[in-house]
Amino acid sequence: MGVKLLLEHDKVEGIRYYDTYRKHGGYRAAEKAFKMAPADIVEEVKKSGLRGRGGAGFPTGMKWSFLAKPEGVPRHLVCNADESEPGTFKDRYLMEFHPHLFIEGLLISSFALGSNATYVYIRGEYAWIPEILEQAIAEAKNNGWLGKNILGSGFDCEIYVHRGAGAYICGEETALIESLEGKRGNPRMKPPFPAIQGVWMRPTVVNNVETIAAVVPIINMGGDEYAKIGVGKSTGTKLLSVCGNLNKPGVYEIDMTISVEEFIYSDEYCGGIPKGKRLKACIPGGSSVPIIPANLLLKTAKGETRYMNYESLSDGGFVSGSMMGSGGFIVLDEDQCVVRHTMTLARFYNHESCGQCSPCREGTGWMYKILKNIEYGKGKMSDIDLLWDIQRKIEGNTICPLGDAAAWPVAAAIRHFRDEFEWHVKNPDESQRRNYGLAHYADPIHVAATA
Amino acid sequence: MSEQPKFKVTIDNISIEVPAGTTILNAARMIGGEVTPPAMCYYSKLKDSGGKCRTCLVEVSKGSEKDPRPMPKLMASCRTTVMDGMEVKNITSEKVVDARKGIVEFLLLNHPLDCPVCDQAGECDLQNLSYEHGAEATRYEFKRRTFEKEDIGPYISLHMTRCIMCFRCVFTADQLTDKREHGILERGDHAQISTMLNKSLDHDFIGNVIDVCPVGALTDKTFRFKNRVWFTKPVDAHRDCPTCSGKVRLWMRGEEVFRVTARKDQWGEVEEFICNECRFHKKETKDWVIEGPSVIARSSVIAQGHYVGNVGMKSSPALIDKVIGKQPKYTLDIHKVSDVNRPEIHLSEIEGPAHSDDFNKK
Repeated sequence: MGVKLLLEHDKVEGIRYYDTYRKHGGYRAAEKAFKMAPADIVEEVKKSGLRGRGGAGFPTGMKWSFLAKPEGVPRHLVCNADESEPGTFKDRYLMEFHPHLFIEGLLISSFALGSNATYVYIRGEYAWIPEILEQAIAEAKNNGWLGKNILGSGFDCEIYVHRGAGAYICGEETALIESLEGKRGNPRMKPPFPAIQGVWMRPTVVNNVETIAAVVPIINMGGDEYAKIGVGKSTGTKLLSVCGNLNKPGVYEIDMTISVEEFIYSDEYCGGIPKGKRLKACIPGGSSVPIIPANLLLKTAKGETRYMNYESLSDGGFVSGSMMGSGGFIVLDEDQCVVRHTMTLARFYNHESCGQCSPCREGTGWMYKILKNIEYGKGKMSDIDLLWDIQRKIEGNTICPLGDAAAWPVAAAIRHFRDEFEWHVKNPDESQRRNYGLAHYADPIHVAATA
Repeated sequence: MSEQPKFKVTIDNISIEVPAGTTILNAARMIGGEVTPPAMCYYSKLKDSGGKCRTCLVEVSKGSEKDPRPMPKLMASCRTTVMDGMEVKNITSEKVVDARKGIVEFLLLNHPLDCPVCDQAGECDLQNLSYEHGAEATRYEFKRRTFEKEDIGPYISLHMTRCIMCFRCVFTADQLTDKREHGILERGDHAQISTMLNKSLDHDFIGNVIDVCPVGALTDKTFRFKNRVWFTKPVDAHRDCPTCSGKVRLWMRGEEVFRVTARKDQWGEVEEFICNECRFHKKETKDWVIEGPSVIARSSVIAQGHYVGNVGMKSSPALIDKVIGKQPKYTLDIHKVSDVNRPEIHLSEIEGPAHSDDFNKK
C-alpha cells in the first residue's frame, strides 16, 4: 500500500464537511502555518521539491519565490481549476470530495504569498462543484478560517470562486488571467510573466488545484519529510486520473515509486485490461503528451523498467518517452485505432484553438482535415509526411503551449505508429471494416549491448 | 536623471546600439534592409499590437552578455526587448527561414487569393510577404473557409474571408475612438472580426482601420472597384482640418482624386491618423493643397511607370536612391514575353481606367 497524503481520508464519510474534516486533523496545517513566517512556508515548499501538478512540472517553491513584491501593490493567488485536458479529472475529484483540504491549501498558500484575495478559476463544465466549494468556503469562514484577521495574525483572506465559460484555452495561465479579468480568454504574450504582472497587472501566482492541496501535507509533515517520499526530483505523491480500457478506471494516489506495469496490472490500482486483452498504447499524462506504444511504455529504450514518475516517463525524450503531464493516464487496448484516436485529439485542439496566432489557428484545422481523410480511407501516402511537416511548423512557434499540445500527439502517433497510418492509406476499404490491431507494438524492443 | 542606458545588439552580424526597452524588430528597423523581419500584425503606432502573426520570429542565439544562453524557442521579435550583447539571427538562421515559410503557408491557407478583384492588391502586405518569404504553391487541398458578408456601414467594406486576424483594427478602434463596435467573435479558425448585431462603424476616426489592415479585409467603399492602385499616382497634400492634422496622401489619376489615405512610412505604417471627413468626403482637387508626389518607400508596383518625364524609374538614380538603395524587384518584364501592351504607351497618361482601345490606337 503506497503512501496516501491527499486521499488519506478518502473513505471517511462526510469528509466534505467541515466538522468531519476538522475531526480528522483538518486545518492543523493552517494552525501551524500561521505560527510561521510567510517566507518560511515558501522555504518549506522549496525544500519539499513539490513540482507543479498541472502538467509542466515546474518547481512550485521556485515559482513562489519569483513573485514580485512591490510596495503597496496587492498580490494574488489564482488557482487553476480549469481542468479541461481530455483524460484528466483528478482536480474535480479533489474539489468535489475534499473541498476543505483544497481550501486549507489555498489558505496556507495565500498566507505564504500575501494574497488577500484569492481566486479559484473553475471550469465551466464543472457546474456542480462551485456550489460545493462555496459551501465549504462559507463553513471555513464561519469557523474563522477566512475573512478578517485570521487566527489573530492580522492576515485577511477571501476566496472567490470564478466560473469559466468552458474553454480549454482558459487553462493556460495567462488566458485564465485574461478571462478572470472579464476579457476574452486569449493567452498573453510573455514576458511579462504573471509573477510580475498578472491579474489586473498585479503580481500573481497561478497554481493547479492538486499543487495547492499538496501544500497541506508539506506543512503538516515538513518539507524535508515530504521530499523523502518518491524518488529523485519526483517528490511526494501524485494523483492520477486513469481512464480507457481498464478494469478499474478512477483517481489514484501514487507515491511515484511503482512501475508502470504494476500500476496498470496490479489489483490495487488499475486492475489490468478487461477481457484479457493486450495493451497497445498509452498516453501517460493527459491528451497533450506524446502517445507511446506498449513496449516503450513498460520498458525504456535502454531496456530499463519504466516507473510512474516525472523522470522515468520522460526518459528518452520525445523519441522514445513521453511526459508525466497532468496525470491523465489513458490506456488503449489492442482493439483501438491510433489513427482515429489522433483524429479525435486533432479535432479537439482545432475546436479549442483561440484563433490568436496563425500557426495554431490554421494548422490545427489542417491537421484535423488530413487525419479525417486518412481515417475515412481517403488519405494519401504524402499526407503522412505533410502531417509531420505541419506539426513541426506549429510546435514552438505559437504564443502559448496549446500549439505544442496540438502538435505533440500527432508527432508521437506518426513517430511510433507510422505503419498503422500507412496501412490505413494502403487499405482504404479494409480500414473501414477493421482495426489494425496490436501488430508489433507490444514486442520487446531490441536493446543493443553496450560496448 | 542619468541618461538612458544603451544596449548593443547584433542582428545578422550587424551591430547597433539601441536604447534599453527597444524591441528586436525596432532595432532591426533601425538597421533597415533585409535584416528587418516582416511584420503583419505589429504596428508601432498601436500599443500592445504584435505577437500574433508570428512572421517576425527570429532566433536569439545569445540571450545577453550576462546570460549568454540562447533562447530555446524562436522569439517574436516585435514583442521581445533587446538585452545588452544580444545576438539575433534573422535571415542567417535556417530555422527562421523555414519557420517563416511555414507561417506564410498558414496565413495563406484560408486566404481566398482573390487578388485580381481585391482593392488591396498592389499595396498588400500579405502579397509582399508571400512573394518574399513564401512557397510557390500551397499543399492545402481542402475547401477554404469562408464567411458571410457583413455590412458595417456606408464607408468601410468588411471582407472577412481575406482577414488574417492581425487584430490591428481592434487596437485602432480601442485606441483612437472612445467606443469600439467591432471585435473578435468565435474562436479558432472560425474567429472573425465582426460587430455584435450588425452595428455600423461610425466614428470620426474609424476610417483608419482601412489603412492599418494589412490585407484587403477592410477596404474603402468610396474607392471600391474604381481603380487599381498602381494606376493611380500618390500625391502628398494637406488641408486645414478641424479634427485631424489634415496631412494625407491623395491617389490621383489626372485631375481626379480617387482615394484619400493617410501617409505611410517605409514600413507601411501610417504617419498620422486622419479623420473620416478627409478620407471619405474631400475628393476634389480643390479641397487640397498639393505638396508634390509622394515617395513610395518600398519597392512596390505602385512605383512603376509613374511621373512620366520627372522621375522615370529606369533613368533616374535619384529615385533608386529614394527606395532605400534597393532596386525594385520585377518578376518579369512583360514586354519581353508578350506583345500585349505597348511600352511606349504610359499607363499614367491614359484618362480614366485603362481600356483595350487605348492600346489599339495606332
